[in-house]
Amino acid sequence: MSSNSRVLEISVGIFVAVGIAALLVLAVNVSNVGGFSSGQQYTVTANFDNISGLKARSQVAIAGVTVGRVVNITVDPVTFEAVVEMTIDSQFDEVPVDSSVGIYTAGLLGEKYVGIEPGGAPDFLEEGSVIRLTQSSIVLEKLISQFLFSQSDEDK
Amino acid sequence: MPETNNNLVRIRDLHFSRGRSKIFNGIDIDIPRGKVTAIMGPSGTGKTTLLKLIGGQLKPEKGTIHFHGENIPAMKTKKLYDVRKKMGMLFQSGALLTDMSVFDNIAFPLREHTDLPEVMIRDLVLMKLQAVGLRGARDLSPSQLSGGMARRVALARAIALDPEMILYDEPFTGQDPISMGVLVELIRSMNDALELTSVIVSHDIQETLAIADQIYILSQGKIVGHGSPHEMNQSDSPWINQFVHGEADGPVPFHYPASSYKDDMLSGR
Amino acid sequence: MFDWFAQIGKNAIEFYARLGKEVLLFIQTLLAFVPLVLRPGLIVQQIYSVGVRSMLIIIVSGFFVGMVLGLQGYNTLVDFGAEESLGVVVALSLVRELGPVVTALLFAGRAGSALTAEIGLMKATEQLSGLEMMAVNPVDRILAPRLLAGIISMPLLAAMFSAVGIFGGYLVGVDLLGVDEGSYWSQMQAKVDFDQDIVNGVIKSFVFGVVATWIAVYEGYTCIPTSEGVSRATTRTVVYSALVVLGLDFLLTALML
Repeated sequence: MSSNSRVLEISVGIFVAVGIAALLVLAVNVSNVGGFSSGQQYTVTANFDNISGLKARSQVAIAGVTVGRVVNITVDPVTFEAVVEMTIDSQFDEVPVDSSVGIYTAGLLGEKYVGIEPGGAPDFLEEGSVIRLTQSSIVLEKLISQFLFSQSDEDK
Repeated sequence: MPETNNNLVRIRDLHFSRGRSKIFNGIDIDIPRGKVTAIMGPSGTGKTTLLKLIGGQLKPEKGTIHFHGENIPAMKTKKLYDVRKKMGMLFQSGALLTDMSVFDNIAFPLREHTDLPEVMIRDLVLMKLQAVGLRGARDLSPSQLSGGMARRVALARAIALDPEMILYDEPFTGQDPISMGVLVELIRSMNDALELTSVIVSHDIQETLAIADQIYILSQGKIVGHGSPHEMNQSDSPWINQFVHGEADGPVPFHYPASSYKDDMLSGR
Repeated sequence: MFDWFAQIGKNAIEFYARLGKEVLLFIQTLLAFVPLVLRPGLIVQQIYSVGVRSMLIIIVSGFFVGMVLGLQGYNTLVDFGAEESLGVVVALSLVRELGPVVTALLFAGRAGSALTAEIGLMKATEQLSGLEMMAVNPVDRILAPRLLAGIISMPLLAAMFSAVGIFGGYLVGVDLLGVDEGSYWSQMQAKVDFDQDIVNGVIKSFVFGVVATWIAVYEGYTCIPTSEGVSRATTRTVVYSALVVLGLDFLLTALML
């Protein structure tokens, strides 16, 4: 009886440990939790004419390295611009205030992300800052129609 | 009646039905303390149901079942569970827990209901096993036991908590003559040695007549006979005669109720 | 005509009575969890028979499902030149859907049917009555530890299924088909979100654990105590569990999106 119940206890212990290990693998290796969401963050906003395709939880990157995430996208009721709210990890707290942001695409068919081009000002972005210099998402249809119109103009 | 105070269980005007069929139609039974009371009757007369009613597993439609002067059907669940600790029940199949050894089965009620240290539980279990003659079988699992041994283990388990009353559900059914003799001997000696009150439900006449102090005979929801084994043997009631002597036809007809034989055979044409 | 209406009414009353009974029994079982804390041995024993014994089938199935996902995903993605996203496809399918759902279905087949048969046979052999007559409530002693063990085991099993599946997808995708190892993991990490995907997957498997184990335990406890009754109850456990798990999966997915 006692050696039996010992085996039983050990196997249940292994079972629970393996299960929790699997959960940890999913949390850390698969979803990379703790990369951003756990640490200190600050929130900044930027206004864009067009954000086509950007979504909440899209990446925010400096030089291609992820430094934060988009948390919220709304429309300014007066100017009808898109207001993009994003959190940036506190370890990147020396981003100059005159940095510009743009919406780019990762690869031809990839996801949209927000890229920050650092400026040169001595002051840094902080909680609640608004980034003035923005470059909107490139809308492929507009680009093509512009190209076609300019072609037809040249033909005349 | 001076005897009433001596009764551990008093059943009055008990009614119970299952679906449409009436199982008990107003029966009165007294079970005296320290005696072996047998309740007999043909199969299907609800003898097992009666035990379940006494144990509070079923509730009657009408009537009272007093145990120690308290009405069992009216008890709250918690109270009922307390009362059941004073009863032991021996099921027809033994009802041993199949996932534990014989030893653990008998230790089970002790472990559930007492805080006794394991050493003491061991001693108690071995004492109970010794009483039924199966101390050597303690490490077997219930599936390794024969039917008679399983019933003896179940009996040891039933007396583990030193109950006041034991209910036996068909203890002799399907036993070979030797285990039958062992069980008869055990039931009688347990009853006398432990000052128990025993209730036996059975249709094995010879064995039951041999150990019972008094007998109730049930038929069609009524008590049709009551008395000592001797009185039963001498009874001139045709019904009791048919039952006690095992005659095929009599007040209880051989044929299940049906339309006339001749009509039935001709209607097939 | 009147009889017909009367029959409908009678059936409706019957239905509500059964539903009410089941809900009451469920609450009674949940309440019995409280005293169980003092007797961890009972739970450990049940986690062994419900969880540990299901571990092998869950891990092997997870491995195969992951490998299939790797193959199928690769063949579809390679047409778009997007085979780098294989890790995302495999991980998201497993963590959000296949992990919880397939685990619950396998659990119903492996552990659920065994639970129903065990409890049903205990009823048929009068063991449950025997417990009651020994003043031990079968709800506390038999149903509650099994339900709790199922609820604890299911999320752990689903996590194992997903983790092993992602590894299986990795073996096929990276070692066999030549997807870049770095992009398999990094794309996965970039796209799989902890709150949205992992936590929701765990919530799903928890809910499925409650439902699948409860169906198994309830069917066993209320079955007709004959060999035919037990075999029918066992079948019902597997069928009902599968239907309820798949239906609930749709509902939960809709709620979580």
